[in-house]
Amino acid sequence: MNLKLRVWRQADARAAGKMVEYDAPDVSPDMSFLEMLDVVNERLTEDGQDPIAFDHDCREGICGSCSLMINGTAHGPMKGTATCQLHMRSFKDGDLINVEPWRAKAFPVIRDLVVDRSAFDRIIGAGGYITAATGGAQDANSLLIPKVDADASMDAAACIGCGACVAACPNASASLFTAAKVSHLGHLPQGQPERYRRVLSMVSQMELEDFGGCTLYGECQEACPKEISIDNISTMNRDYIMAGVGS
Amino acid sequence: MELNSRVPAGPLEKKWDRHRFEMKLVNPANKRKYTIIMVGSGLGGGAAAATMGELGYNVKCFCFQDSPRRAHSIAAQGGINAAKNYQNDGDSIYRLFYDTVKGGDFRSREANVYRLAEISVNIIDQCVAQGVPFAREYGGLLANRSFGGAQVSRTFYARGQTGQQLLLGAYQALERQVAAGTVTMYPRTEMLDVVIIDGKARGIVTRDLVTGKIESHVADAVVLGTGGYANVFYLSTNAKGSNATAIWRAYKRGAAFANPCYTQIHPTCIPVSGEYQSKLTLMSESLRNDGRVWVPKAKGDKRAPGAIPEDERDYYLARKYPSFGNLAPRDIASRGAKEVCDEGRGVGPSGLGVYLDFADAIKRLGEGVIRERYGNLFEMYQRITDEDPYKVPMRIYPAAHYTMGGLWVDYNLMSTIAGLHVIGEANFSDHGANRLGASALMQGLADGYFVIPNTISDYLASAKPAKVDTSHQAFKDAEAQVAERTRQFLSIDGKRTVDSFHRELGKIMWEYCGMARNEAGLRKALELIPQLREEFWRDVNVPGSDVELNQALEKAGRVADFFELAELMCKDALHRRESCGGHFREESQTPDGEALRDDEHFAYVAAWEYAGDAKEPILNKEPLVFENVKLSQRSYK
Ligand SMILES: Cc1cc2nc3c(=O)[nH]c(=O)nc-3n(C[C@H](O)[C@H](O)[C@H](O)COP(=O)(O)OP(=O)(O)OC[C@H]3O[C@@H](n4cnc5c(N)ncnc54)[C@H](O)[C@@H]3O)c2cc1C
Ligand code: FES
Repeated sequence: MNLKLRVWRQADARAAGKMVEYDAPDVSPDMSFLEMLDVVNERLTEDGQDPIAFDHDCREGICGSCSLMINGTAHGPMKGTATCQLHMRSFKDGDLINVEPWRAKAFPVIRDLVVDRSAFDRIIGAGGYITAATGGAQDANSLLIPKVDADASMDAAACIGCGACVAACPNASASLFTAAKVSHLGHLPQGQPERYRRVLSMVSQMELEDFGGCTLYGECQEACPKEISIDNISTMNRDYIMAGVGS
Repeated sequence: MELNSRVPAGPLEKKWDRHRFEMKLVNPANKRKYTIIMVGSGLGGGAAAATMGELGYNVKCFCFQDSPRRAHSIAAQGGINAAKNYQNDGDSIYRLFYDTVKGGDFRSREANVYRLAEISVNIIDQCVAQGVPFAREYGGLLANRSFGGAQVSRTFYARGQTGQQLLLGAYQALERQVAAGTVTMYPRTEMLDVVIIDGKARGIVTRDLVTGKIESHVADAVVLGTGGYANVFYLSTNAKGSNATAIWRAYKRGAAFANPCYTQIHPTCIPVSGEYQSKLTLMSESLRNDGRVWVPKAKGDKRAPGAIPEDERDYYLARKYPSFGNLAPRDIASRGAKEVCDEGRGVGPSGLGVYLDFADAIKRLGEGVIRERYGNLFEMYQRITDEDPYKVPMRIYPAAHYTMGGLWVDYNLMSTIAGLHVIGEANFSDHGANRLGASALMQGLADGYFVIPNTISDYLASAKPAKVDTSHQAFKDAEAQVAERTRQFLSIDGKRTVDSFHRELGKIMWEYCGMARNEAGLRKALELIPQLREEFWRDVNVPGSDVELNQALEKAGRVADFFELAELMCKDALHRRESCGGHFREESQTPDGEALRDDEHFAYVAAWEYAGDAKEPILNKEPLVFENVKLSQRSYK
């Protein structure tokens, strides 16, 4: 099939960007979206133009690198699917596809479709861990964890840190990302000693980083390639209030 | 070059304990005075950086992704082995040790493997303490599954995302240290050279992938945890960015490269669908528990699978290996698929595929049970191929997956360059000629959490590196070389893209240095690779400049290194005139076509030493001495 792309091009963080139109002829429906971009880039290079920069690595939907706004939707039209797992059979001949980077104040554009998501690392550094220095851990089975708790913890831990939740949110809030970590650790007995400290410092870091506040639009949950539930935000809010009461 | 393995004396079970006691320590107050460079943030690097930071060292950690959490380890699916014997099924440290040595076809170092098996139990404890949500039984105990090459159930897992959860555990510990100020993280930064002063590794030269700035970093010791090099085949199950640059630069500075030809081809991956294909997706080995592998008996039979009657199908694995059947080990299953496709009996549009059929299992157990066991894999398959594996058999084909070879290291994980240590998939240490499933995660974390933090202290306390800084001439020279190379890439201004060269190199390697190798083919590859490399340096087109984010430039550097490594792999494969594990030399097989080892001539580690671009590399040998296990021929009939 033959497609037209309109892609955000921006030379670096300071430059002004704009949408540029490209032809994408002879696209096979079996290509992944990123493979389609690879082919476009090969052609641009051969024509002496600069290829389009975009983040990607695993191409299996697990590393969280890929991060494209496709026709205004984070990761494109397929629910529960990261950009790298989206295939061109989701489009039809003659389509015009808009491709943009994540748009959020806390995620400045570095070049073209590549953004800086280091704010996420700082939120984790603020408290998204269990303090357990290497060595001296007790036998793993001396701690019984009911299957339901382990499963609930894993549901939240599945977050790939791609930032689609922020990109999709009208407020550019990082609440789903932060809540997923609060919830992953909060569901486990090992996570209890630092539970309230953790939520306070992670939330305060989130606020420091230019993310907006959460007004429960629910767009984050819709965009999440791992379908992390917005219920985690309620869990985080509850813990946050409890932490305030306790301190 | 001297290869001193530094394996401690004494009985196998006492070596590590005794060594830990004998190693020198660095006084807690002095640790902060030492700087350690950790290149890589995967399971090896992430765990090591966090732990060394906790100990009080001043750590600088580098990765090329935008966050340490995205290292390729994140993609591991199946699980991690540990000799916990929670299932009471007869497992023990000794059994895990033995399975690993045998699985590696008797080409690994006993003492290292034993230590790995010993440490495996601590890993699970450590990960649980960090909050890794491993799968649990209803009673709250940890669950286990079985994996290839073992008769016990010792694999711990977190759904199909074990690597992700283990890496996030290490990443969280790492970010805690970053916030505490013991570790400085350098994401989107690529190491392009290692700097050696007075015979010791004293730092690295990097390129900032956003600004293009070339910088020197000085340290008292350098650790590489930069992963494997399966992307030399272009198409592999590895992440797109996985590369050999760090270890290759170290090789060219004097670190010996061990067993480069030992590569693992995984039998169950989704076949290539077209020339645009950019990577291959693994379908977990566990599928072979219920799926039956077959191809049509007749050549070129193009009928739909459902239209081929039972007696016209060849269930070749079950036919050839009646006792293991569809669960034959990885190397054997891969070669089986290649054989039938070479005979013209492969399926799918390209003819490079075999069926993995669940029809019988669905009839026997019902679709519900199959969905429960493999639902997410079936979904992934359907997403990629647009075919419903509940209705038509999956098509699978082998793909390059893992590299057992890597930089040579001694028992302390130090390379042949003093102060340069190598951990995780980047070293050659524990898996011999074939790695067992669920053992790479174990090795990465063993190296990172438990081995290197101990041995690095011993190195620092004994070597007492002198004070140097980045104004030293060695840094200036390395920076100039890196800058010159970058300038060269950008000035060629040829016609072909970097990817087109990489794809062609991959095809050569797959054809002649892939699942089966022979003398004529390897010699042919050794003619083709230098020709293509020469064309690369003459006609590659790297657009853009060096002072910006330039992904084509990044790729060019990696592919240039793959060219050189590919040649060394073929040389190693050519010299090893025996078959062992993943290295199958067609000239060395049993009468019924199985891999035939030659212990008399090849029971050694081949450690290649760089001698200059125009010179042949020098082969050094570390003899493998087996004091505890008896060498035997593997049989799965
Ligand atoms: C699809 C798949 C599934 C797998 N499943 C399993 C499994 O179930 N069980 C199992 O045990 N094993 C599995 N493996 C193997 C296992 O995942 C890897 O061997 C292991 O994770 C490697 O870890 P590492 O720390 O050595 O390297 P990696 O995780 O590859 O990390 C490399 C690090 O080095 C950095 N780096 C590389 N080069 C440079 C450079 N030049 N400059 C700066 N930084 C650099 C990268 O940024 C990254 O941080 C699987 C592998 C694949 C491909
Ligand atoms: S590239 Fe890894 S999630 Fe898409």
